[in-house]
Amino acid sequence: MAVARRSFDAVVVGAGGAGLRAALQLSEAGLSVAVLSKVFPTRSHTVAAQGGIGAALGNMGEDSWLWHMYDTVKGSDWLGDQDAIEFMVREAPKLVYELEHFGMPFDRNENGTVYQRPFGGHSQNFGERPVQRSCCAADRTGHAMLHTLYQRNVRARTQFFVEWMALDLLRDASGQVLGVTALEMETGEVMVLHARATLFATGGAGRIFSSTTNAYICTGDGLGMAARAGIPLEDMEFWQFHPTGVAGAGVLITEGVRGEGGYLLNKGGERFMERYAPNLKDLASRDVVSRAMATEIKEGRGAGPRGDYLLLKLDHLGPEVIEKRLPGIREIAKKFADIDPVKDPIPVVPTVHYMMGGIPTNYRGEVVVPAFSNGRSDPEAVVPGFYAAGECACASVHGANRLGTNSLTDLLVFGKAAAESIIKFLQENPGRKDLPKDAAERTEARLARLDGQTNGESVAEVGMEIRRTMQAHCGVFRFPDMLAKGVKKIREIADRASRTQVKDKSRVFNTARIEALELDNLIEAARASMVSAEARRESRGAHDRADHHSRDDSNWLKHTLWYKDGDRLEYKPVHMKPLTARTIEPKVRTY
Amino acid sequence: MRFRIFRYDPDKDEKPAMRDYEVVLDPHDRMLLDALVRIKEQDDSLSLRRSCREGVCGSDAMNINGKNGLACITKLSDLKEPVELRPLPGLPVIRDLIVDMTQFFKQYHSIKPYLINADPPPEKERLQSPEERDELDGLYECILCACCSTSCPSFWWNPDKFVGPAGLLQAYRFIADSRDQATAERLDDLEDPYRLFRCHTIMNCVDACPKNLNPTRAIGKIKELMVKRSV
Repeated sequence: MAVARRSFDAVVVGAGGAGLRAALQLSEAGLSVAVLSKVFPTRSHTVAAQGGIGAALGNMGEDSWLWHMYDTVKGSDWLGDQDAIEFMVREAPKLVYELEHFGMPFDRNENGTVYQRPFGGHSQNFGERPVQRSCCAADRTGHAMLHTLYQRNVRARTQFFVEWMALDLLRDASGQVLGVTALEMETGEVMVLHARATLFATGGAGRIFSSTTNAYICTGDGLGMAARAGIPLEDMEFWQFHPTGVAGAGVLITEGVRGEGGYLLNKGGERFMERYAPNLKDLASRDVVSRAMATEIKEGRGAGPRGDYLLLKLDHLGPEVIEKRLPGIREIAKKFADIDPVKDPIPVVPTVHYMMGGIPTNYRGEVVVPAFSNGRSDPEAVVPGFYAAGECACASVHGANRLGTNSLTDLLVFGKAAAESIIKFLQENPGRKDLPKDAAERTEARLARLDGQTNGESVAEVGMEIRRTMQAHCGVFRFPDMLAKGVKKIREIADRASRTQVKDKSRVFNTARIEALELDNLIEAARASMVSAEARRESRGAHDRADHHSRDDSNWLKHTLWYKDGDRLEYKPVHMKPLTARTIEPKVRTY
Repeated sequence: MRFRIFRYDPDKDEKPAMRDYEVVLDPHDRMLLDALVRIKEQDDSLSLRRSCREGVCGSDAMNINGKNGLACITKLSDLKEPVELRPLPGLPVIRDLIVDMTQFFKQYHSIKPYLINADPPPEKERLQSPEERDELDGLYECILCACCSTSCPSFWWNPDKFVGPAGLLQAYRFIADSRDQATAERLDDLEDPYRLFRCHTIMNCVDACPKNLNPTRAIGKIKELMVKRSV
């Protein structure tokens, strides 16, 4: 099969917040850029973000990037890299102002500045009291941001490849990245996109769990492609359970509800977070609140006929505040829980929401992997030509637990930073390296296998098995025997995933084939998560183990690196040294 | 539950046909999209777009029992059986429930859907009062699902010339923004027998919008501004 080729300066895979922010920078620099997206850009999952963008603008009272940095490091349970965190929180205000200049419809204060609301784990003066730091557009911040960034890309005449799915990462013998193969969904054609620089902004893999706030498209495509090309995945054991997914439906209810003054109740009507986090209460960070909720349910204090959810009360905010600041939530509660939050509390449960791990990068958005050269080993050698930003990347600013609002901050800051690194790389490396002759081989083999497979299991069945296994073996509370069994199970499922069958053989918009190709990525994300979780014998942030109840800095203050090849694990040090600020030393984490 | 679904695969079908499905639902299946996912588990060849499953991404717009809507926020309990599903009307069908939206996005792009402001940006944010910001409510929330434009007879007849309700709603979103400086230019662009004035206030768009937005009102406001500036 002869595969068509096209060449670009840069290929951006994914058109959510990070991809669009990067694409804008690259287009405006006059480069030839191809932006690939499985869905029309404004349908990317950034659209579902609700609560806001974290940035210390100080519009509502005193704030400082040092406090934002402290909160983020503490939120990460000290697993975040402090240089990357300092970089992010210092860049954040500039990028929020810039987004405003692009036309983002932020909510406003009487004096015309951007309105900011309180959010979990964000505090004034190093943990003293809640601070209003989340810049928002009602409870539709992600939607407003994604559309604004898309609109700005329309203005910059960015070239989009809409409904194109990237299939595999291309590297040459030296390891340099030279683009991707991709499938045009409408025609079924495969193409090689030869690029001098490749940026992954492919989002998370929340669809490896059965109860998730994530969209159907969040299948970890970048992770699968990276893993198949020999790139390790970092800190994949750390999955955030958002405290407030609608019970049964999984749809997200923003933490902004609690930011605006809502709180959680158990079946007895008790505001139980006062017991778990006496200072910040319902605005403690997400891992803490989710664990408290799971404990309440486990100990029989859950609400509802089966005692399996808790109640999010916000009627006391009054219809005006709800209509003004939380209109989307009201809509969701009515549709997915049949209740009107103006009158009744919303039934909620901790629900998988965000992947703290991902493709290892530095704070410049360059992908970094351990390498051995000139007689010495470097835990973070740059992979030439390869960049990652947003949820698919691990910089690591979120460490073991992300603070609410920091995901949108991450998209903007590292989308732009990665693009700037690409521009610099292209200036310094003007030539174009040749593609290996067999560049499309892996992709062709995958497609040929799918076309020829008979008597295989259905993709839906195997996908369901992945989700069930992750949910049962790798949840809020983790147990050593369950994790060990989980590893065994997920390896068996991986085997099954390589023998799935697609009945639909059409070339035109074959979504069954797309789902099968996504399954190849889901299984890598799931394996990485389970294997990494089984190995980490401590509790830190979102990773809570029954047999090792506390954080163990002397043995585990380090990042996990998982390699697909043989499920091999390596570890690398956490960057404790910020760029200019003083190190925030690990201490006991209470809220 | 019973369904009749429009099926067409240009790769193998000579012409489209309606196919019947019967599916056993799980008690957790609440929305039409949940049922479609179940049907796809039985018959993997059924093609549709879907993503967020909560009504914000705009992927799964389709014609449901004769009315345009989003499958993910349409309750199964509200639907009469057999539920008849067709692709959005007025756009070319690529396959099954998937339509070619090129024309729709072309019209959206034609209204310059971005803020135009030639002043050098200030160091911090541009100021905007809460009242000025309120003007954008009911406009910026559009998810570009195309339920409105594909329910509009004027758009069916002239999809290449009439901007359509979705594009016009966005045109007004920028006109209404206190930070935008291109009102005159935007009005000039729309002052055309087709681009704006094909709207005959049939109001199908208002009825179809799954986000309860009102394109007809926005179009009315644009027309008002045109009248105002001509006197």
